[in-house]
Amino acid sequence: MRSPVAATQIRRFLALLALMAVVELITGPPGSAEEPTIGITRSFSEPTSFFGLFVTPRFVLFFAFTVIIYLVASLWRSQSTSIVAIWNTTTAQPRAFTQRRAVRLSTRGGLLVIAIVLPLIVTDPFWQSSLVEQIAVYILLALGLNVVTGFAGLLDLGYVAFYAIGAYATAWVTGALPLAPPFGIHMDPFFAIPIAIVLAMVAGVILGAPTLRLRGDYLAIVTLGFGEIIALFANNLNTITGGATGTNEIPHFTFHVGPVNYRWGLGPVPYYYLALGFVVIFIVAFSLLEHSRVGRAWTAIREDEVAAESVGINPLKYKVMAFAIGAASAGFAGVMTAAQTNFVSPATFTLVFSINILVLVIFGGMGSIAGVILGAVLVQTFQMFIIHTPPAGFQPQDLYIYLGAILVAMMIFRPAGLLPSRRRRRELTMAEVGKSTAGEILIGEQS
Amino acid sequence: MSGIFQFLSAHFHILHITFWPLLVGGIANGFIYSLIAIGYTMVYGVLRLINFAHSEIFMAGGFASYFLLHALIGHSTPSTGGSILFMALGMLSGGLCGMLVAVILERVAYRPLRRRNAPKLAYLISAIGASYFMFNLAGKEFGRYNLSMAQPFVNHSLFTIFGAPVQMYYIVIVAISAAMLFLLDRIVATTKLGRGIRAVAQDAETASLMGVNIDQTIVVTFMLGGFFGGLAGFLFGMSSGVVYTMGFTPALKAFTAAVLGGIGNVRGAMIGGLLLGIVESFSIAFVNGAFIDVVAFAILVLVLLVRPTGILGEQLGRSA
Repeated sequence: MRSPVAATQIRRFLALLALMAVVELITGPPGSAEEPTIGITRSFSEPTSFFGLFVTPRFVLFFAFTVIIYLVASLWRSQSTSIVAIWNTTTAQPRAFTQRRAVRLSTRGGLLVIAIVLPLIVTDPFWQSSLVEQIAVYILLALGLNVVTGFAGLLDLGYVAFYAIGAYATAWVTGALPLAPPFGIHMDPFFAIPIAIVLAMVAGVILGAPTLRLRGDYLAIVTLGFGEIIALFANNLNTITGGATGTNEIPHFTFHVGPVNYRWGLGPVPYYYLALGFVVIFIVAFSLLEHSRVGRAWTAIREDEVAAESVGINPLKYKVMAFAIGAASAGFAGVMTAAQTNFVSPATFTLVFSINILVLVIFGGMGSIAGVILGAVLVQTFQMFIIHTPPAGFQPQDLYIYLGAILVAMMIFRPAGLLPSRRRRRELTMAEVGKSTAGEILIGEQS
Repeated sequence: MSGIFQFLSAHFHILHITFWPLLVGGIANGFIYSLIAIGYTMVYGVLRLINFAHSEIFMAGGFASYFLLHALIGHSTPSTGGSILFMALGMLSGGLCGMLVAVILERVAYRPLRRRNAPKLAYLISAIGASYFMFNLAGKEFGRYNLSMAQPFVNHSLFTIFGAPVQMYYIVIVAISAAMLFLLDRIVATTKLGRGIRAVAQDAETASLMGVNIDQTIVVTFMLGGFFGGLAGFLFGMSSGVVYTMGFTPALKAFTAAVLGGIGNVRGAMIGGLLLGIVESFSIAFVNGAFIDVVAFAILVLVLLVRPTGILGEQLGRSA
């Protein structure tokens, strides 16, 4: 009979091997229905060069990786307590330093300065437009979803619907849709911002008020259906939305006050600064919100709804509020995108979009504003990098495989995200050891 | 007033002439929804959560039976004996593949979270990720276009009910589904396995104290649900073809059916599926074809608002 230690190690190695086989499969060449096994077999057998050193079939390479990772991991595990101890003692002073208010503020200032000079460093047109369309706007969206999923703990899979509402509202207000604009006036996209926010909020309340009473998983599926239905309407109501082709006549933002006349649209850089300004506003607003009475109510509901209700918090009210705020942010992001790309069509508003935003929030860390921004920057940069320089045999839809894998992997290995919020991390670990949380959270917050 | 009357009478006129064909089609669709809804409802019973990745079990069943039948039949027309054999093979391959995927899913996306006693939100996210991962991987490996399944039998009209032709396909679906659902009902109601499932659904902790192996029961539940989901994938694929995104809409509707019948309730899922199929079919007379999927969604929201426990009430334990 084998000793249990050896059995665990063998199991661990086999699990790692299986994981690497999956990685091999999703990075391998595609197959087809005529030869359903070709993608799989070639994923393992195709010759590949090992950093230009020698050529070997893929499975040899991945087996080598597996062994290396396994060895490093078991070394780490055997030493881990001492390594963690050394790490803790050596970084105690620097960490205490970073906890200081002045240092934290100057770090943020430094990051802002980097963000401001970024377009001067990144001059490649592809990356400059990605910076706006794929990163800045997605940060706005992720910050909004973070209110819903991170702060209030509600899963919204139809987030794209509110984004679509914002984009279509912009098209409507500026007179780009078959539907006549309000009062027949073609307005500037700036005027679309309040209208889009109000419309998205109203949609959020209409959808949320009845469904937020329900259990979390019902909410997820209802919002998912809602997202699909908004796309369906956008696609089919030809006389209102322009149907499947949408519209490409949305004007750029313009600014006319007294002698100042400015029109956005010549290149992505002006839009970058506009978006950056809004990102900063969002960050400030949502951090204030997080630590306000409302934010604490969300935390209470997320942790224990019954207990929250018993101390006089109306869960439905605060959930609807979170939902509406998330919806408003998405609507706002919709205005940004519509005005910048001049273009809106139902093809953008698919379920995968909602999933993509969810990935940003989960990857960075639910409930952590810094985490969500980091998540958005990393995941979006990764996606744009792959699209920009695709590996052989890559198809754009393959990205969705990675998005799905990120969700599962994060939930298994690091549920609180890359840069967890302190509160959330404590909550998740406590739920895992089965402790009741409320009292200890309070104690922890004070320390 | 007269305008509304005209609108209604015009639409009821359509319903009047198409009542029987719509009913026949609706029943056949409804049985497929029932088969998928079984998976949702049983997993909900033991884990108290919605298996978002169930749509991919359905898809996997469709692909497995497609590849097998394509290899065996190709474009030829099988004889009567061959038809029965190929139907059996299609069902088995679809069901077994669904089962396999369900077991892997439980193992990878759910069990690690269960071990940690993770919050419910984590399960949902993990399941959504798994669903996205699986169907896009299928798209990558098998191409992203619709494949029409090789037909195990000739789909001619057998007889008519009040002038509505009833095709072979409908008869096959109804016969197989009804037999399978009856079998499942008996399994849950009478066998030791079913007793274990019901016990875990009622109270997992007490069940484990009474000697029920919870892990094993959960896996078996996933297997049963997976078998039915994969089988439904085969039956659905026979008429609508197989494609990597095929799971999404039927699964959403089957979920609606499960909620309609009372989630966690096996008989409820059967009734809910049938009812949804028929209602949806009749709504074709009133709703523009492009918006037909909205009907199921509207029903879902309505049920959740008016009677969230569904027709028969939620509770797997009490179902039999």
